[in-house]
Amino acid sequence: MNELVFFINKALISGAVAGSIYAIGAVGVTLVFSIMRFAHFAHADQMTFGALIVFFLTALFPGAGAALGIPTPLLMLPLAMLATSVLAIGIDKAFYKPLREHGVKPIVIVIASLGVTLMLQGIIRLFAGTSSRSLYIEESKAIFRLDLPGDLASRPLVITEPQILLIVFTILAVFGLHLFLNRTRMGKAMRAMSDNPDLARVSGIDTNKVVMVTWVLAGCLAAAAGTFLSLDVSLSPDLSFFLLLPIFAAAIVGGVGHPYGAIAGGFLVGYAETLSVFNWSVLLRPINHWFPEWMEIPRNLSLVGTEYKIVVPFFILVVVLIWRPTGIFKGKVI
Amino acid sequence: MSLLNATQVEGGYGGMNILKGVDMAIDKEDIGVIVGPNGAGKSTMLKAIFGLVEVNGGDIQLRGQSIANLAPNKLVELGMGFIPQEKNIFPSMTVEENLEMGAYIKPQETARMLEKIYGFFPPLKEKRKQPAGELSGGQRQMVAMGRALMTEPTLLLLDEPTAGLSPLYMQEIFDRIVEINKAGVGVLMVEQNAKQALEIATKGFVLASGQNLYTDSGHNLLNDPEVAKSFLGG
Repeated sequence: MNELVFFINKALISGAVAGSIYAIGAVGVTLVFSIMRFAHFAHADQMTFGALIVFFLTALFPGAGAALGIPTPLLMLPLAMLATSVLAIGIDKAFYKPLREHGVKPIVIVIASLGVTLMLQGIIRLFAGTSSRSLYIEESKAIFRLDLPGDLASRPLVITEPQILLIVFTILAVFGLHLFLNRTRMGKAMRAMSDNPDLARVSGIDTNKVVMVTWVLAGCLAAAAGTFLSLDVSLSPDLSFFLLLPIFAAAIVGGVGHPYGAIAGGFLVGYAETLSVFNWSVLLRPINHWFPEWMEIPRNLSLVGTEYKIVVPFFILVVVLIWRPTGIFKGKVI
Repeated sequence: MSLLNATQVEGGYGGMNILKGVDMAIDKEDIGVIVGPNGAGKSTMLKAIFGLVEVNGGDIQLRGQSIANLAPNKLVELGMGFIPQEKNIFPSMTVEENLEMGAYIKPQETARMLEKIYGFFPPLKEKRKQPAGELSGGQRQMVAMGRALMTEPTLLLLDEPTAGLSPLYMQEIFDRIVEINKAGVGVLMVEQNAKQALEIATKGFVLASGQNLYTDSGHNLLNDPEVAKSFLGG
């Protein structure tokens, strides 16, 4: 049974955590794509930015959360979401909107967003340095150990506070996004603009407002994903760099421009990554006696080494795109 | 004062003028039909009226107020509706959501107008929960017309409403346009099926090379041997 607990801790929970982060990130990327039709590379740096704002605010008011009984970073998250939304709208006004109004090809805006990425990374390093930091200042990360009943296993199930927060947030965000897109006037206007931008304009939909709401949503989701990931691991300026490729893989696998696809893609990529670096020999050991004697279970039986983890999303990407060229849910084609 | 009065309109894309001084006047009782050879600037004129093509000269007035180069969402508020030739529905959204988007600027009117549109196009009521992209060509055209009518416009612009439809549906759409017009909506449309369209037209405009060639009632244009020879295929 200990092996099974190990599997749950190292594969199921880790996969859910990675999947949630990728899903929230991919939803942001896919929303921006569906409204403005370009791949926004600076999205991942908005995640770092959001986490950084949380870090600064937490450092300024370290004990603020204790009064309410929640971790201070969680208390600061709404403010960071606001700041990141403002940043996203500002970047759009300064860099992307002038290009859009000139009617340039999407690839030009993609390259511009690459420039914004480099700029943001520079600015973040300028203010925060290059070292990694914990978001828990004067507080400690709560770790929950759940013992299984009876003598089933001697090891407990382990889940940390930020992991629980992340998974709960993801569920709420998915549910909220679904309601927003299907029930509200603005949400429907977003879907309309994603479907047919010219007709949306002709119908009297204020497309500038839709663009702004999209940036607010993308900014909030980015700040949340960045903060939860930093809480779980730590905040470092190159955080976004390692997230960018899996997030785009997730968005494309799910079907670009399709929010539910991005969620599915995020979890697919997250679990694929986690399960492929999981050491499967742990699960084989208890049934060792079923194998013939000459067969020995190797010490490490993971599909790929941890250092090659980044390959997995692309393997998934290639396989899925051969099977479904526009992603699991039918994505948009420009 | 005419509902729509366009005088000496010049305009086009990127500084190139496709329209070289076009006149057009439509009243609320009128069905205006723009015909002419390919490249005459028919669709361009319609788009210029709806603020989708830059107007560089002349003027366009709606009830005496200049509307040249106003943004489409402003024109919707002023009581105009526009139905593009193709891509005139939101394919992944349901029929009902398509219609709701038509009333985007008047959300409080949505429920009342939905009933009205469903009364006018009964097939749409049955299919209201279906994605509009799954409908047949004729039904899509109904969705497109219904969407544009959701704001109760006083002037409806249609860009080739029967393009690609079978003759059966074509007649149905023309009948509906006459009904809409009788309800007090001025209509201006571009049509390739010139003969059938001119039959329902109170005003016909023959354009060529971005200029008015003939302007007369639909009946007179149909019976004009010159027009018939050059533009209606004999």
